[in-house]
Amino acid sequence: MASGELLGRAALEQILPGGIAGAGTQILSIACNNNCGGRCRLNAHIKDGRVIRSSTDETPDSESMPQLRACLKGRAAANRMYHPDRLKYPMKRVGRRGESEFQRISWDEAVETIASNLRRTLERHGPASVYIQYGTGDCGAVSGVAAARRLMNLLGGHLGYYNSYSSACLRYTAPFVTGYRDTNSYQTLVHSRLIVLNGFNPAETVFETNSNYYLSKARGAGAKIVVIDPRYTETAATFAHEWLPLKPTTDTALFLAMAHVIITENLLDQAFLDKYCIGFDETHMPPGVPAGESFKTYVLGLQDHSPKTPEWAAPITGIDASTIRNLAREYATSKPAQLLQGLGPQRHAHGEQSVRAGIVLACMTGNLGIPGGGWGGGEGGRSLGAGVGELPTGANPVKTRIPVFLWTDAVVRGTEMTADDGLQAGPLESNIKFIFNLASNTLVNQHADINRTVRILQDEKLVECIVVSDHFMTPSARFADVLLPADQSLERDDFGFPWSGEKYVVFGNKVVDPPFECRHEYWWLSRVAEKLGIGEKFSEGKTREDWLKQIADDAKRNNAAFPSWDELTRTGLYREKPEAYVAFEKEIRDPAGHPFKTPSGKIEIFSKALFDMNKPEITGIPQYIPAWEGPEDSLIRKYPLQCIGPHYKRRTHSTFDENAWMEEAEPQAMWISPQDAGRRGITDGSKVRVFNDRGALIIAARVTKRVRPGVVAIPQGAWYTPDRDGVCRRGCINVLTSQRPTPLAHGNAQHTILVEVQAADGGQGG
Amino acid sequence: MPSTRSWSRCRRRTEGKVADGQIAFFVDTTKCINCRTCEIACKDFNHAAVGQRIRRVRTFEGGEFPKIFAYNVSMSCNHCEDPICARHCPTGAYSKRESDGIVVHDPERCIGCRYCTWLCPYGAPQYDAREGRVRKCNFCLEELERGKSPVCVTACPMRAIEFGRLSDIASRPDAAAQVRNLPSPGLTGPACRYKVRPEAERA
Repeated sequence: MASGELLGRAALEQILPGGIAGAGTQILSIACNNNCGGRCRLNAHIKDGRVIRSSTDETPDSESMPQLRACLKGRAAANRMYHPDRLKYPMKRVGRRGESEFQRISWDEAVETIASNLRRTLERHGPASVYIQYGTGDCGAVSGVAAARRLMNLLGGHLGYYNSYSSACLRYTAPFVTGYRDTNSYQTLVHSRLIVLNGFNPAETVFETNSNYYLSKARGAGAKIVVIDPRYTETAATFAHEWLPLKPTTDTALFLAMAHVIITENLLDQAFLDKYCIGFDETHMPPGVPAGESFKTYVLGLQDHSPKTPEWAAPITGIDASTIRNLAREYATSKPAQLLQGLGPQRHAHGEQSVRAGIVLACMTGNLGIPGGGWGGGEGGRSLGAGVGELPTGANPVKTRIPVFLWTDAVVRGTEMTADDGLQAGPLESNIKFIFNLASNTLVNQHADINRTVRILQDEKLVECIVVSDHFMTPSARFADVLLPADQSLERDDFGFPWSGEKYVVFGNKVVDPPFECRHEYWWLSRVAEKLGIGEKFSEGKTREDWLKQIADDAKRNNAAFPSWDELTRTGLYREKPEAYVAFEKEIRDPAGHPFKTPSGKIEIFSKALFDMNKPEITGIPQYIPAWEGPEDSLIRKYPLQCIGPHYKRRTHSTFDENAWMEEAEPQAMWISPQDAGRRGITDGSKVRVFNDRGALIIAARVTKRVRPGVVAIPQGAWYTPDRDGVCRRGCINVLTSQRPTPLAHGNAQHTILVEVQAADGGQGG
Repeated sequence: MPSTRSWSRCRRRTEGKVADGQIAFFVDTTKCINCRTCEIACKDFNHAAVGQRIRRVRTFEGGEFPKIFAYNVSMSCNHCEDPICARHCPTGAYSKRESDGIVVHDPERCIGCRYCTWLCPYGAPQYDAREGRVRKCNFCLEELERGKSPVCVTACPMRAIEFGRLSDIASRPDAAAQVRNLPSPGLTGPACRYKVRPEAERA
């Protein structure tokens, strides 16, 4: 079916003699470099210098090479580009910081201001006082962030960070267990008999362009799919045979109870545990550890007299014991089974524990290292992008690094931070005094506890200069001292790399000129470098396009199959054949030749490194620790609802919040159950006020059975829009979230919040 | 673009029965993840402003917690076999093509009276307040003309939207004409078939 052939071109020309609609139209590939994980094929159709429409992958669609079809956001790229609210000119702040009063300036003045402030900051406070904010608004090969790092590394360095806002607990913790983090590719899903998706919602988060395509194939091939999530997500609605609506923060308790069933019903893959793991039972412990510290001892409750039975977990998780028991049996007997944990469950108070407990389940059932088995959400650490590099940034002479989530602490008390804060190679010589915030909304919107962040940023004695480059007047842009209008991806050449799965690279053409005075960061950073006397070192005489060509040449040198620049700009894609990739395959096949990259060379269900830290919340084996602001916190009497901040299909983090098409398709609204809504006199579509001790927001209620009673869900990424009382009128969840980090990774726990909700009064809406 | 070009020469007014070549959509609601890509790709192609949802995904939810279900139905104009819009349009802006049954709307004849928006049981015609006229899915005639598929079909990341001759589509074993919560197909004879889960079968 599926083609226009049934009408015939000749017949159509008779019917539609208005000429071929495509005549005079040029079609060029473009890149969608938003931070969703997928990198899709997109084309811009250009007529008379204007993008008139988009199209997506038009190469043949096959199961072995499925098209890379773009999502709704990619299809709105031109709509986003032609938005009337684009920042148009460089500006400087004239009011108090954050008051959003700006005055247009020339690029010359902007460059001079940045250069002189940077020079003064470096002289007074040293390079460690300069911070290049975490930001993912431009994931291309020559991004503003990379250019800023290059500049600062030539000027003596800058304060570094580790972790991310996406996967801090996963990235930090998984290496303690398996040496490095890795997961099977989605091409292996079709081999699974059972797929357990824990907090994994690719139908909205995307993760990889074809993740949902492969899930659909797996379901079609007969895999049973179980979704564990407080929400009946789009993923659950489409793919799940069974939905387990657990209470947020209790994943580890669920996993421990499953482990209890697997142990007591003798469904273990004991041979796998004996061969590849340490720490499961008392006979496989590393030397120098007292008795009674093994995982099995803990699960059976032999020391703490608290067996982690399904009956123990039922009131904690909200999942009844028989359901847990059945899931455990099914998981242990449906080999191969994949347990895919999304990143949501690890953005919790004890996100580290759920990561570790998940891996242990995969080990107990021998599901690691085999196709159709495996653990994790596809965020493998493999080298992707088909060998295409990025703008070389050089090495950072400043070795001190903070966990990224603690940057506000580094503003307020950086010099006092220690290893207990996760500071690496400290102490810090200075607090943060200068911030480059480029293609980032982390400065205000995406960081936790906005009201605290705002108070810190408003104090001009703390951070002395903030340079922001962006497309729109975002909440972060409002806090700029120098605010610069950036070009968009359709206005520059660039590469686009996927997060995971396949090896390919997308090439995006510059299809129109940047409007007004919009410029890429590389352009003005080159001029800042000139002012500071390192212009030649910074640019090596190259334009941004020269760097991209060099990156392409380097890729071709390493891989003869890589296309020429001309071919790349025409076809827009270099893609290798997708392969089913199995994580830890070599370690499992040949453990002697390929030991796990852990201290013991084995999978460390018990980690002596963690045990020796000797901290109550950092345990040798994965344990369930009730979360602060979780369902067992006494604060729940004051704030009786758990609040999570899921990703919303209509935004990539906070990108696209400004887009009216997206708001029409999926408006910002909070999910609340009919029980919780009814008790509070809240009706579907009415405005509600959500609050806790940190802040308050107003948002429309979506009353739905698709969320667990006791839980509300506010899609993250809406732009913080305070009224005169500081109440956010747009529904930005980060006025409610906490800056308290997780114990081991010092990561963000932005899904761990308690709140109360009340009907907002009609007239004022608040 | 479609809103400004003349469709008058596309008109092939049909009296009586539609020819065998009736074109139709097939939507696999069991695959639809409600991602709205079809909706936005359609908007992008048609330069449709906010308020004009020429294609749109509707979500239906049912059951009782925790045994609930939801299904999504992507729908544009159904190019009905008996198009009620064409029957009642006072200016004859609608015509049903003999060759393929596509219901074409000619904006140049449209006076924006909005009868069609009230009559269509599927809410397909979309009023454009700026232009004072109605917009509607024309099955991406320009794309068909170029030997391509409608934009929604090529856009869907789940490959859940297909199109072809109604006679072929309707004879597929998984094709249902009725979907729970949608109007009875007996009203207008929509040229669309669906694959549905048991929960989405018409009660």
